[in-house]
Amino acid sequence: MNEPRDLLTVENLNAWFGQTQALKAISLSVKPNTVTALIGPSGCGKSTFVRCLNRLHEEVPGATAKGNVVLEGMDIYGPGVDPVMIRRKIGMVFQKANPFPALSIFDNVAAGLRLAGVRRRTILKEIVERSLMHAALWDEVKDKLSHPGTSLSGGQQQRLCIARALAVQPPVLLMDEPTSALDPISTAKIEELITELKKETTIVIVTHNLQQAARISDKTAFFLMGEVVEFGETSVLFTVPKEKRTERYITGKFG
Amino acid sequence: MSQRNLDFGLEDLKQHLIGMAGYVEVAIDNAIQAWRARNVDSIQQVHQIEIKVNENHIAIDAECVKLLATQQPMASDLRLILAVIKINGEMERMVDQAVNIANNAEYYLKVPPLIQVADLSQMSDEVKWMVRNSIDAFVKGNEPLAHEVCLRDDKVDGFKNKIFRDILGQIKLDVGILEQGLNLILIARNLERIGDHATNIAEDVIFTVSGEDIRHSPKLEPRVK
Repeated sequence: MNEPRDLLTVENLNAWFGQTQALKAISLSVKPNTVTALIGPSGCGKSTFVRCLNRLHEEVPGATAKGNVVLEGMDIYGPGVDPVMIRRKIGMVFQKANPFPALSIFDNVAAGLRLAGVRRRTILKEIVERSLMHAALWDEVKDKLSHPGTSLSGGQQQRLCIARALAVQPPVLLMDEPTSALDPISTAKIEELITELKKETTIVIVTHNLQQAARISDKTAFFLMGEVVEFGETSVLFTVPKEKRTERYITGKFG
Repeated sequence: MSQRNLDFGLEDLKQHLIGMAGYVEVAIDNAIQAWRARNVDSIQQVHQIEIKVNENHIAIDAECVKLLATQQPMASDLRLILAVIKINGEMERMVDQAVNIANNAEYYLKVPPLIQVADLSQMSDEVKWMVRNSIDAFVKGNEPLAHEVCLRDDKVDGFKNKIFRDILGQIKLDVGILEQGLNLILIARNLERIGDHATNIAEDVIFTVSGEDIRHSPKLEPRVK
């Protein structure tokens, strides 16, 4: 059977905060409908890396990035490419759930669609319902869609943010430590959701929880001091890592 | 660098398994002594050791479960614990085979020796070598030695086949030695099984050290340091 083509390809990506280089010549590729986990000690560049993938990094004053990031054949750093359009294609869920405080549950999910120009109530309703279902939140909120998004629990708010990101049907969903502020039950729900969501989209997740990376991802990249030390099948990387530095990190001998 | 909690647990686990290995070697030695030197006391020894080994079997598995649940080990730590679980099982089975040999010897000692099988002594020495060195390979993480143990298994299998043929030939000539012959065949069969368990331990050692799974693969050339 032929392997599917890469959905996202990163080649020789470098990033800086002012004079400080945060990423050094990163190259890796992501197949469609997979989960890729990024692990590594704090400050190793994994969050910077995901923020480069949807051009959020350049929003930080003084921050720059250089290299090729190709999504479905299009270089997202190419001339004339609109970062806002890129962020619609490459969604993001952050460590801390950040629903729009003034908006209802329904409007939170519909926000991206409205920005994209969708106005018809029936279409909005259909997509909001589908997104909440995909985010495994529908049953819990279907009777209170007009309540504020911030009235939900932490775990529910995070799933609301996932539903909001899913509403615009992004081919890629980035997650930056999405469960680090959640209790084990909410974490388990999000992990279950990630496994379910990869049927629809492709996920790149930053996590400090090695067991989480091992549980949910197909491939794992180990970042250290702005470089990728090892990138490979998760089942291999966590049982027989090729690099001594990976072995030392995942067995807790440094970091 | 400070030691991890897991390091203490793994060290205890290794020591516990090495202790178990000591029992296994003594049980096999006694089982072989029982028929080879016609020593009745050795039979009793094997049965006593079996009780201790069974206790250790359960205790070591429980230690492994505790480490897996509380430490969530990865990479070489994970491979070591998985190997200990398997080696622990292999050792318990080895002692079961030693008990079988002791039981066969018990019958064998009741009658005068009517069959001489020189190869059985040599086979015993080979099996003891395999057991000792599979354990040694585990203790020292010695992958080349583990490969050597795997290769010795063919020699043990060859002894077993030769002994089977030899004893069957003698039985055909004198059916009166049938029961004694069958006992010796069963001893050879159990020794061969102990060799198989030693091979499995050596394969687990290779997995622990290198992550390579050589089970069910064609025999490899010995790896020299």
